[in-house]
Amino acid sequence: MSTTFCTLTNGLVVDVTYIPRVSYAVFRRSLIGAVAAGARVVCLCVVPVADTRRLLVVLARDHAGKLDLVWTDVGATYPSLTNECPQVHLFEREIYEQWDILPQGHPWLKPVRFSSGHVGVMDFFRVAGPEIHEVAVGPVHAGVIEPGHFRFQCHGETVTHLEISLGYQHRGVECRIISGPINGRIHLMETLAGDTTIGHAGAYSRLVEAISHTPVSARAQAIRAVAAELERLANHIGDLGALAGDVGFLPTQSYCGRIRGDVLNLTAELCGNRFGRGLVRPGGVGFDLDETRVSRLNLGLGRVEKDVTSAVELMFNSPSVLARLEGVGIVTPQQAVEIGLVGVAARACGLEQDVRRDLPYGLYAMAQMPVSVCTAGDAHARAMVRWLEAKRSMRFIQDQLASLPAGPVMRAMTPCAGDRLSVSLVEGWRGEICHVALTDAQGELAAYKVVDPSFHNWSGLALSLRHQQISDFPLCNKSFNLSYCGHDL
Amino acid sequence: MFDILRARFQQKYQTLSYPDGPSPTLPDRFQGRPVIQPMACVSSCSACVEVCPTGAIDISGQGDHRHVCVDLGRCLFCGACESACPAGIIRFERDHQLAVSDRQSLVVDRTSEACASVHDGLIQRVFGRSLKLRQVSAGGCNACEADANVLGTLAWDMGRFGIEFVASPRHADGLLVTGPVTENMREALIKTYEAVPSPKVVIAVGACAISGGLFVEHPEVYNGVEGWIPVDLYVPGCPPHPLTLLDGLLRLLGRID
Repeated sequence: MSTTFCTLTNGLVVDVTYIPRVSYAVFRRSLIGAVAAGARVVCLCVVPVADTRRLLVVLARDHAGKLDLVWTDVGATYPSLTNECPQVHLFEREIYEQWDILPQGHPWLKPVRFSSGHVGVMDFFRVAGPEIHEVAVGPVHAGVIEPGHFRFQCHGETVTHLEISLGYQHRGVECRIISGPINGRIHLMETLAGDTTIGHAGAYSRLVEAISHTPVSARAQAIRAVAAELERLANHIGDLGALAGDVGFLPTQSYCGRIRGDVLNLTAELCGNRFGRGLVRPGGVGFDLDETRVSRLNLGLGRVEKDVTSAVELMFNSPSVLARLEGVGIVTPQQAVEIGLVGVAARACGLEQDVRRDLPYGLYAMAQMPVSVCTAGDAHARAMVRWLEAKRSMRFIQDQLASLPAGPVMRAMTPCAGDRLSVSLVEGWRGEICHVALTDAQGELAAYKVVDPSFHNWSGLALSLRHQQISDFPLCNKSFNLSYCGHDL
Repeated sequence: MFDILRARFQQKYQTLSYPDGPSPTLPDRFQGRPVIQPMACVSSCSACVEVCPTGAIDISGQGDHRHVCVDLGRCLFCGACESACPAGIIRFERDHQLAVSDRQSLVVDRTSEACASVHDGLIQRVFGRSLKLRQVSAGGCNACEADANVLGTLAWDMGRFGIEFVASPRHADGLLVTGPVTENMREALIKTYEAVPSPKVVIAVGACAISGGLFVEHPEVYNGVEGWIPVDLYVPGCPPHPLTLLDGLLRLLGRID
C-alpha cells in the first residue's frame, strides 16, 4: 500500500494533522486503486475541519487488519466516484443530501432520507413495456415492522427490479449527537437501532474511551462481549423463527419466537432491560456480574441451547423448508464485493469477513471468534450463517462466563483530547457498525458519523429480488432483516 | 412428522398462566415505576434535573414543600436520577403497572398512588372480547416494536384475550403507535388512522410516542402522537416491558382491574 494513507488499527486515535490532506486527483486515484486491490469502503463522508469541508474515506483491508484514511478538501462539487467504485453510491447520495455537495456524474442521485422535501417523491426507476406492471408497497405495510417504501417492476409474477425508498424513520440523530445535551448521547446511541443497542453503544463508548485515553478493565470488556453475543443470539434466533414463518413452517416459528424472548430475558438479568439499555457506558459497564447471576445466566443459556437446537434442526431437516429457502434471493459474490455487503449477508455469499476476527476490538482481541461462512448467497445460506453464528455465540458466552477476569467494571472518564480522529468498528449482529468521531481543538465532538450495516446492505436486498417471484419478497426481506431506523438515522 | 412431534414434546407448554396465575418474575435489576419518597428535597440541589437525558424531572416549591415530580411520559427509566439524588428521594421499584388513559396521570410525585389507571366504558363494551390492532412505527427504533411483537409469541399469546395485530388498518379496531412521529411519517400515520373504521382506539407506546422522548424538539420529529391523533392509552417505557404493555391492554379491555 502506498503512503498516501494514514493507516490505523480498529479504535486507534490519530492527530488530525497526520491524516494526509491530498488533492482530489490523488484522493480519487488512491481510493479507486485501493478498492481494486481488495480494500472495502467502510465510510465515505464529509467532515467540517476549521473553515473547510473535507471528504474523508475510511477503507478496510480486512486480511491485513488495517484501516486506511485519507481526506481532501471539497467545494460545491466534485467528480463522482460511483462509476469506478460502486460501493460508494449511497455514500455519495448521502453527501449530496446532507451537505449539498454535488458528486458530478453520479448515475443515480436520488434522496436517501428526504431530510428536506416530500418523502417518497422522486423519480423511481421504471421498466417500460406493455406487459410490465408496477407494485408499490408501504410505508405502512403488513406486520409489526418499521416503515419503508418498496416498488417492484414486474413482468407477470417475476420481479425485474426492486427499488427501495427509505427515510421515513429519519430522526436527525447525527446532528443531535453533536448539538444535543452530552448526557443524552449514550441514549441516542442505544436507540440508533433499538435491536442493536449493545452494538452501537459499544462502538460509541470505545470511540470516546480511545480519544480520552481511558483504559477499560478486562472485566468490563468481557461483560460487553457477553452482552454483544447475547444480542446476536437473540436476533439470530428471532430471524430463524421468522424465516420459518415466512415459508409456512409454524413449529420453528413458534418456538424461536419464544426462545428469542428468553434470550432477551438473559440480557435483562445483566442490566434489567431486555435490550441491554444502561449496560454499556463510556468507561466500562453500568452493572457487574456476581456469582449467582453468572449461574442464573448459565442455567438459562443451557435451556436456550437445548430448546433452540431442537427447534432449528427441525427446520433444517425438513425438505419442504429447504425447498423454499434454497436458490431464493441469490446475491453473487461478485455483486457482494461490488456493492460492499457486510455482515451475515456478505458471509452468506462466501466472503470471509468479520470485524471480530479481522479488526479485533475489546475482548475479541484475546478470545478468537471463528468466522461462519456459506457460499450459496441465497436465503438458505443467510439462515445457515445465522445458525452457525448463534451456536458459536452460545459457546463463546459460556466460555467467557467461566473465566470472567476480576477487577472493577467502571473507570472514570477523562476529557477527550483535542483535534483527534478515531474510527471504531464493531461486528453488530447484522454486520459491521462504523462510528467515526472528530474532536475540535477543545476536545469537544466536532463531527460524528454513524454507518449502520443496513446502510451497506439494503442494495443487496434489491439485487436479491431480481428475477424472483414477487411472493418471495417477504422471505428475501426477512433473510436480510435490515434496520430502517439504522439506515435513516 | 415424528421429528415434529418429538420437538413438540421437548418444547413443552410455555404459555404464561398470567393473568389468572402469578405474573412472570421480572429480573431484580428491572426498573419499573419510580416512587418518590415523602420527604422534602435537599434545598438548592437539582442533580436529578441535570442528569435526566429527557427533561422528565421537575422540582417545585420551597423549603419543606420542595418536591420532585417525574413525568413517566418522558422517562427512559435509565435510573440516572436515582443515582444522582443525594437524599435517595427517587427510587425505581419493580412495579410494572404503568399504563394510564390520562396523560396527566403519568406525572408522578410523592402523593401519587402506585396503580395504573385505565378507564373507558365504551372501549370495554365495544372491544372487550376482541381487539385488532394495526401497528404503526413513526420513527421508532424497533425496540418498542419488537417488544410489542413478542406479545404475539406463544409465551405471552395475547390471542387468548382476543388481541391481535392485523395487516391492514381497514381490518383494525385501532392503532398501536411507536416512535416520536417523524416529519416523514406524519402523513402516513394520519392516513392510517383515518383508514381505521370508527369507533377506534389509539395506544401510544414508549416515551417517544408519548412525548418525543429522547428526540423531543428535534426539527425532524414532532413530540409524539399527541396533537395529531387522539390517544386512549399511554404505555410508558423505553421500551416498555411486554408485561407493562399487556397489563395496559388488558386494563383497557376491562380484563383486569
